[in-house]
Amino acid sequence: MDRRKSIQTMILGAGASALAFHGCKTEGDTNVEEAVAASDEKYFGRTPKELERIEKLNAEQLFNEHEMETIGVLSTVILPPKEPHGGPLEADVPEFIEFMGKDIPEMQTTLLGGLMWLDHKSNTEFGTDFKSATLEQQKQICDQICYHDIEVPLDDQPLEIQFFYMMRGLTMTGYYTSKVGIADLGYKGNMPNVWDGVPQDVLDQHGVAYDPEWIAKCVDQSKRGVIAEWDDDGNLLT
Amino acid sequence: MQIKESSEVYDVIIVGSGAGGGMATKQLADAGLNVAVVEAGPFFDPKDPKTMTQLKWAYDSPRRGAGTDRAFGEWDMSWGDWEVEGEPYTHEEGTEFKWWRARMLGGRTNHWGRISLRFGPRDFKGKSHDGYGEDWPIGYDDVKPYYDKTEKLIGVFGSKEGLPNDPDGFFLPPPKPRLHELFYINGAKKSGIPVIPGRLSMLTKKINEDRGVCFYCGQCGRSCQVYADFSAGSCLIFPAQKNGGKVKLFVNCMVREVTTNDEGKATGVSYINKEDRKEYKLRGKVVVLAASACSTARILLNSKSKQHPNGMGNSSDLVGHYLHDSTGASAAGFIPGLMNRKVSYNEDGVGGMHVYSPWWGDHSKLDFPRGYHIEVWGGMSNPNYGFAWNPNDFNKFFGLKVGGYGDQLRDDVKKYYGSVIGFGGRGESVAKKENYCEIDPTTVDQFGIPVLKFNYKHSDLEIKQAKHMQDTFEELIHNMGGEPLGEKPGKDKDYGLLAPGQIIHEVGTTRMGKDPKTSVTNEFQQLHDVDNVFITDAGPFTSQADKNCTLTILALSWRASDYIIEQLKQQNI
Repeated sequence: MDRRKSIQTMILGAGASALAFHGCKTEGDTNVEEAVAASDEKYFGRTPKELERIEKLNAEQLFNEHEMETIGVLSTVILPPKEPHGGPLEADVPEFIEFMGKDIPEMQTTLLGGLMWLDHKSNTEFGTDFKSATLEQQKQICDQICYHDIEVPLDDQPLEIQFFYMMRGLTMTGYYTSKVGIADLGYKGNMPNVWDGVPQDVLDQHGVAYDPEWIAKCVDQSKRGVIAEWDDDGNLLT
Repeated sequence: MQIKESSEVYDVIIVGSGAGGGMATKQLADAGLNVAVVEAGPFFDPKDPKTMTQLKWAYDSPRRGAGTDRAFGEWDMSWGDWEVEGEPYTHEEGTEFKWWRARMLGGRTNHWGRISLRFGPRDFKGKSHDGYGEDWPIGYDDVKPYYDKTEKLIGVFGSKEGLPNDPDGFFLPPPKPRLHELFYINGAKKSGIPVIPGRLSMLTKKINEDRGVCFYCGQCGRSCQVYADFSAGSCLIFPAQKNGGKVKLFVNCMVREVTTNDEGKATGVSYINKEDRKEYKLRGKVVVLAASACSTARILLNSKSKQHPNGMGNSSDLVGHYLHDSTGASAAGFIPGLMNRKVSYNEDGVGGMHVYSPWWGDHSKLDFPRGYHIEVWGGMSNPNYGFAWNPNDFNKFFGLKVGGYGDQLRDDVKKYYGSVIGFGGRGESVAKKENYCEIDPTTVDQFGIPVLKFNYKHSDLEIKQAKHMQDTFEELIHNMGGEPLGEKPGKDKDYGLLAPGQIIHEVGTTRMGKDPKTSVTNEFQQLHDVDNVFITDAGPFTSQADKNCTLTILALSWRASDYIIEQLKQQNI
């Protein structure tokens, strides 16, 4: 929690327009977050061994404070926060990236080396490290590495290209697998409901229609609670 | 250290608690027999909140659902996958086999795709039709009554279609197609490929008071907390117990071998209790092995005695042979007609395909003898690790730049959300004696039990079938106005044919037959060599079909159980 706060402070100091989202946090949040954290630990379906490994990874540190701040800055350049669903920081993207770097160690060299490259580049061109550069300067650097050659395997492209690709991937997946990101996407599932077909306006938009003969075979959701009975030939009677 | 022996003699000891073991437990316990179930993994109940993953969000986990700890993603409800810690397996050089093991009550039925297809009349008599492989000693009519009963017991949705080799059954009504499935239906129609409603074991309608009805979260792979999908623990073993059956569960108990007396009859099993790492013996009048085709072969081969020097049931030298998995190849396409979707509704549906294509080919015009069915996936998925990773990759199809950064990425993600359709071809391979598993005398697992060594190679017949799959997928994507994703795998890659074992439908290691010289079990899945040992997993399958094996495991396990009950009554065993 402390590290996250420091990253947020850092970003705010750098002038990012994330204020509106931090403003949503009230003093009651700590209790809620603690409760969620506690219940998560108990209830996200890990076996004792899996939980043990997660705890071990959590106790390790992959990035130093400067690197975490740089990740925070870069992630918000990649995906700037936007009302009403925030951005990478509201989605805990830096913490997620650090965890994944520990969970999948094959990513570590690209991430650590890429961060060093970023500062070297920024120092060379602007005389300051990446996180302290202006947004314009940061974009100038990103512009040079944000397009990969789609005809060439990524592994054969320069490290900084691979690094940006990985950072964009982690930032985007980190954001869109978070509560705020899923809200931004608008995904309506992962909750109990009764499926009764594609809405008519969606069928119309995509130029498709249901075949009445097919639909006649499908479940009548008004009778889903009635116990199934068949005749001897397998015809459903109820 | 002395091996501890139980004083109680069970009527039946069942090894394994998946589809085959679960069904045997239900039938034998319902018949009043005193049953011991020995499972290598821990107890599992899908409704236990501590182990439940259903309805969890990616953000409930620090890795957001990534598959680091579980091969199919961290919400998948299988404890154990291609690798199980401390339980290795080996390969003959130059061959490949991937072996999925789920160590938990209910086994792999907790995460399986629930695709429940009857084998058809032709599937039992393949050799008579095309000369390949071997006919089963039984036919569709022998199994039909058990398919009927099994479908009524577990609940399978589907539709009556009157197809000759895809028999209809006692179906619950199927769910309506999703948007991408409508695109698939239209695309398949253009090529004359049939599409019918899916046939899966999920309750779209109530079947009894013990199980809930599907609430359409699309997560059957996580095992359903209201038991609306079929799993062997929640839908067979628990009901057997609730029914007052005498069912004693031994969990975390890894069977080492079947024990025998001087006459060579089975007297029970010996197992390692994983908690205290000590060996125990259980005594039983009948032993039912349902540990999965390969695990059962391993137990038999490890059950060496004076009477069975070659391993139990192995006088034919065929235990472990004729191992075969379903074939599998896949493709996916980007469908521009599915772009810019409205996210106004929840289309999770059931955890699997609402529509599919049963095999349609005419083998007289093809260069391979056995068919495959097509499974379809797509839609606006529940975001987990990897989602939106390459947010505007499909720009390449419009001549636009791929990559970049900034606010635009939000629009890219939404523009392309749900615009991919994928296909899995799942077919029949021809069983061959040369494909087998055996004991590797150089390697033991952490319980000191010698492990399996695999020796399996696809033949040209499977490779030609995979080529047909790829050509078909390409045509389907084209019919839907789409663009294939990734390069079409060519001959150098065996047309994308997956390694044996990867479809997780391995069967055939203890195949049934009339002749004890060419088969391991009889048609009631009783060892030819030992009359009080039965096998109710997929080991006795003489051949796989272009179907999935679980429904047939269940039906045949029920059939074998009826035979056991009858034989015990007549005091024949």
